[in-house]
Amino acid sequence: MQKIGVFVCHCGTNIAATVDVKAVAEALSHEAGVVISQEYQYMCSEAGQNLVKDAIKEHGLTGVVICSCSPRMHENTFRKAAAAAGLNPYLVEIANIREQCSWIHKDIATATEKAIILGKAAIAKVHLNTPLVAGESPVAKRALVIGGGIAGIQTALDIAEAGFEVDIVEKEATIGGKMAQIDKTFPTLDCAACILTPKMVEASQNEKITIHSYSEVSAVKGFIGNFTATIKKKRRFVDETKCTGCGACTEVCPMQKVPNAFNLGLNNRGAVYIPFAQAVPKVATIDANYCLKLRKGDVNEKVCGKCAAACTVGAINYHQQDEYIEQKYGAIVVATGFNPIKLDKYDEFAYNQCPDVVTSLELERLMNAAGPNGGTLLRPSDKTHPHKIVFVQCVGSRCDDSKGKPYCSKICCMYTAKHAMLIREKYPDTEVYVFYIDVRTPGKNFDEFYRRAVEQYNVHYIKGMVGKVTPKADGTIDVQASDLLSNEQLHIDADMVVLATAIEPDKTARPLATMLTTQMDTNDFFTEAHAKLRPVESATAGIFLSGACQGPKDIPETVAQASAAASKAIGLLVKDSITCNPCVAHSNELMCNGCSACEKVCPYGAITYQDKEFRTPYRTTVMRRVASVNPAVCQGCGACTVACPSGAMDLNGFSNSQIMAEVDAICK
Amino acid sequence: MQVNDNKEFQPLIVAFCCNWCSYAGADLSGTNRLNYPTNVKIIRVPCSCRVNPMFILRAFQRGADGVILCGCHPGDCHYTSGNYFTRRRMTLLFSMLDFLGIERDRTRVEWVSAAEGAKFAATMNEFTEAVKKLGPNRRLEDLRCRKQ
Amino acid sequence: MQEAMISKAKQLLADGTVTRVIGWKKGEFAYDITPAIFESSEEIDRDFVYDDFTSTNVSKYLVKESKKEGKILAFLKPCDTYSLNQLTKEHRVDRDNIYVVGIPSDGKLDIEKIKAKGITGITGVERDGETLKISTVYGDETMSVADVMSNKCISCKSKKHVTYDELIGEDGEVITSDRFDMVEKLENMTSEERYNFWRGELSKCIRCNACRNVCPACTCENCVFNNPDSGVENKAAADSFEENMFHIIRAFHVAGRCTDCGECSRVCPQNIPLHLLNRKFIKDINSLYGEYQAGADTTTKAPLNDYTTEDCEASIVHERGVE
Repeated sequence: MQKIGVFVCHCGTNIAATVDVKAVAEALSHEAGVVISQEYQYMCSEAGQNLVKDAIKEHGLTGVVICSCSPRMHENTFRKAAAAAGLNPYLVEIANIREQCSWIHKDIATATEKAIILGKAAIAKVHLNTPLVAGESPVAKRALVIGGGIAGIQTALDIAEAGFEVDIVEKEATIGGKMAQIDKTFPTLDCAACILTPKMVEASQNEKITIHSYSEVSAVKGFIGNFTATIKKKRRFVDETKCTGCGACTEVCPMQKVPNAFNLGLNNRGAVYIPFAQAVPKVATIDANYCLKLRKGDVNEKVCGKCAAACTVGAINYHQQDEYIEQKYGAIVVATGFNPIKLDKYDEFAYNQCPDVVTSLELERLMNAAGPNGGTLLRPSDKTHPHKIVFVQCVGSRCDDSKGKPYCSKICCMYTAKHAMLIREKYPDTEVYVFYIDVRTPGKNFDEFYRRAVEQYNVHYIKGMVGKVTPKADGTIDVQASDLLSNEQLHIDADMVVLATAIEPDKTARPLATMLTTQMDTNDFFTEAHAKLRPVESATAGIFLSGACQGPKDIPETVAQASAAASKAIGLLVKDSITCNPCVAHSNELMCNGCSACEKVCPYGAITYQDKEFRTPYRTTVMRRVASVNPAVCQGCGACTVACPSGAMDLNGFSNSQIMAEVDAICK
Repeated sequence: MQVNDNKEFQPLIVAFCCNWCSYAGADLSGTNRLNYPTNVKIIRVPCSCRVNPMFILRAFQRGADGVILCGCHPGDCHYTSGNYFTRRRMTLLFSMLDFLGIERDRTRVEWVSAAEGAKFAATMNEFTEAVKKLGPNRRLEDLRCRKQ
Repeated sequence: MQEAMISKAKQLLADGTVTRVIGWKKGEFAYDITPAIFESSEEIDRDFVYDDFTSTNVSKYLVKESKKEGKILAFLKPCDTYSLNQLTKEHRVDRDNIYVVGIPSDGKLDIEKIKAKGITGITGVERDGETLKISTVYGDETMSVADVMSNKCISCKSKKHVTYDELIGEDGEVITSDRFDMVEKLENMTSEERYNFWRGELSKCIRCNACRNVCPACTCENCVFNNPDSGVENKAAADSFEENMFHIIRAFHVAGRCTDCGECSRVCPQNIPLHLLNRKFIKDINSLYGEYQAGADTTTKAPLNDYTTEDCEASIVHERGVE
């Protein structure tokens, strides 16, 4: 037998001036199950709340309806009051008779009539409310950071600083990412390695941080606070615990024709290599595709083996196998970063035909003191000084065709200004042209930086598009372009052309998103939970986003986001357990078909399936596939409830029958 | 539904509003004292994707003259993708109702953000007027449910 | 064909590939054929039939049968394979426990159409190209096959088997048909005319649930109309709206999942053209979200469980309509 208490709030005159609150209380007192119906001036005041508490105790209420302001305002207040009086807080319903009635209507008669109907709907709903208890789920005190670029490093350092264990998983042989390949950084022109490598060392020395380099995340299960990830440590044929990074092996390796990936193939390295001098971990790795011994297939054959002979600590192990590590995590931070796009489709820029047409990242290596030319800018083709360099902006960015990317890659304007300035500074006799669509320089000291390039360093900025780049027989490059401001066609005889190549998310991002059940946009950037208010969280609880995996970013922005993601992860890890929203979906296994429709529409991956045994009416049993909802992951949107044809999937607090009852009450 | 000889026809409008955007938008039109008719009765749902076609049909069956569904703008869904499912479901459902000969102006989906109090009020005014022009919902109503 | 099927069935039973066979069984009359399970070659020899009246789509039976011990042989016509694929996609059948032998179908006959021509005492039919010879106890009759073809076969969408372990005969192709013509005709009517059309049709409904029971997409363990928590439980066709509600919800629940096998209309004792509701959804889905054939494969997401950010708004219904 239901005993429902109804309380109608005057809200001073906010409600009472337009709604006849006494009439409302009177009308609602006749509804089935209502044992007490009162009005009061301010229900949200302490006295008002006491009215509710007393009534719960006195009448043994099984449900409470408050006719007042919006539930968005005071639902929690009244839930707490009910809980304090021993009534389950989810047995309270609010009829919104202020924002959605008294404040928008003028006529007392019709407004009162509407308030009564809204009250009846709330009573009809509360009849079907069930006590709900918020569940708790424990939090594993360890974070996983996927990607070891500056974003991943910063996030890991911040989380470790707060006292939590962190694992960094990096697919390359060293952490450092793109920033390690960059020469100087804008707008301060300080050396990237000088600011990055100390952080890399700090990460490797931090007791709380474990770095899994040359590794991949191969599986992720679980949910917020309780993820289990499988990390695949790819075999590098070198025992990391023994290798001292002395480099003796790299010197004796006879196979020295391997394109050096760290220098973007601009020079060669050995089959056994340490990516660069400051690599972390500073451990050698054997590239099995090139190693004379390993590419044979049979490692027992007596070929080469020079590296093993040269190694004084016995770290080389040709028999090494991939290793799989399983670990529990409370939070996961994605920091998979970006890559420049492939330029295969851009024949007009002759990138594949001419070695002196380079991408901006390649230029970084060409200018870097640790790069292929030891820091002297030389043309890759004939190792001569270039005297005229053309920069082309927006190569593949802001494209509306299928060749490129529709978005602005954001960092190109600034790094091009940086390149132009550095070249003019070091080689004043070199002329520099920049073709641009717009120059975009929002950021602290950014526009000043760009203006310095133009005004102080006399870089020729030309608004216009480069139509065609043609290598000529004399070794120069003809750049055909249009100057949009003077409306002229230009031909420039350049020695080098630098393409500001669009950046795209790393290829590993999409399979990772599937693994994590997080969302991506059509460009494969991870989607944040809210574009403005939750920019570092993914929509999947417990998964955070750091750096360029979420969108193009420069270093300061990446680091800011990395620290923000870390603080969100820390906020989760400090909790021993998380309280779950009890208004979540649940599946009635007797009705469930196991058809997976609910799973397909769930944005959170909260629904899983299992085979369960059911009894049939014929005293036999049958195995059936049924859905179950993880209440810690479900956010309670209800998409599944409509996808479910049999109505097996229902939502606590907004059940099918509750909403139907409201509809019926309103339409009576 | 109220039919009175002296008064013009007053339709009954059921509005399903998602908790995060449209319900807040409706609250905002209240806060800003932007009027819309008392004909509109709001039912709060967590997300527009919670609205089962059965609720809409039931409302019509029980005598509603118009049903409107409001949710976050596409791309702004609190649950990231709920309203995209809503959009497909409702497009197909409304098309089916139209196919069955039910006046298509009795159904509507509108995206109203939490900041669009004015849009909420304007939408409700406009929708109520449109339904008023159609007159009482006779085609869908279950006659047993009619008020005596 | 029947002989080839019988020997295939007996062979697969004998070599232990399958333990049971689902097919069709003779009835009292030449035309009252029902789906049946056969467990021995004796039963097959006695009752198995495949002829012009074996219309029934047997794939729905596999929901229960495939979960039983031992593999089952299913003879599937092209249209039936779409249903089976859809059921496989929705994990309703254990595909590994079914041995599918695809069989061709050149269209089945509608006994009601033959009877409507005043023919009684039918003992058998024989097809000779486009001509149908009917033997009755009162002598032989002939008529055009096209005149008495089952409606669902007239608007056949495909002669291709989308899933099978083995085929008897040649596989066909997906064909274009005029299956949306009637939907289009209704769309071009005024709203009033459409209302009257459907009012007339749907008020014939006696809520026998035959459409639901035969539909291979309606395989819920418990129907929502039997679900006490759904708010629409067990409503008999007592008034003007209830059957509307039932048929709209049923069509909505199978939208994007209906393979257009036409069984709903075939079994309707009141001859309500229920398939038009499903075809309306299929037509809308095709035009709004891209061509989609449910059951053509076992992996693609159903259109209602999917979306793109560029989808049209619901207001398109208002914009494109005829009044």
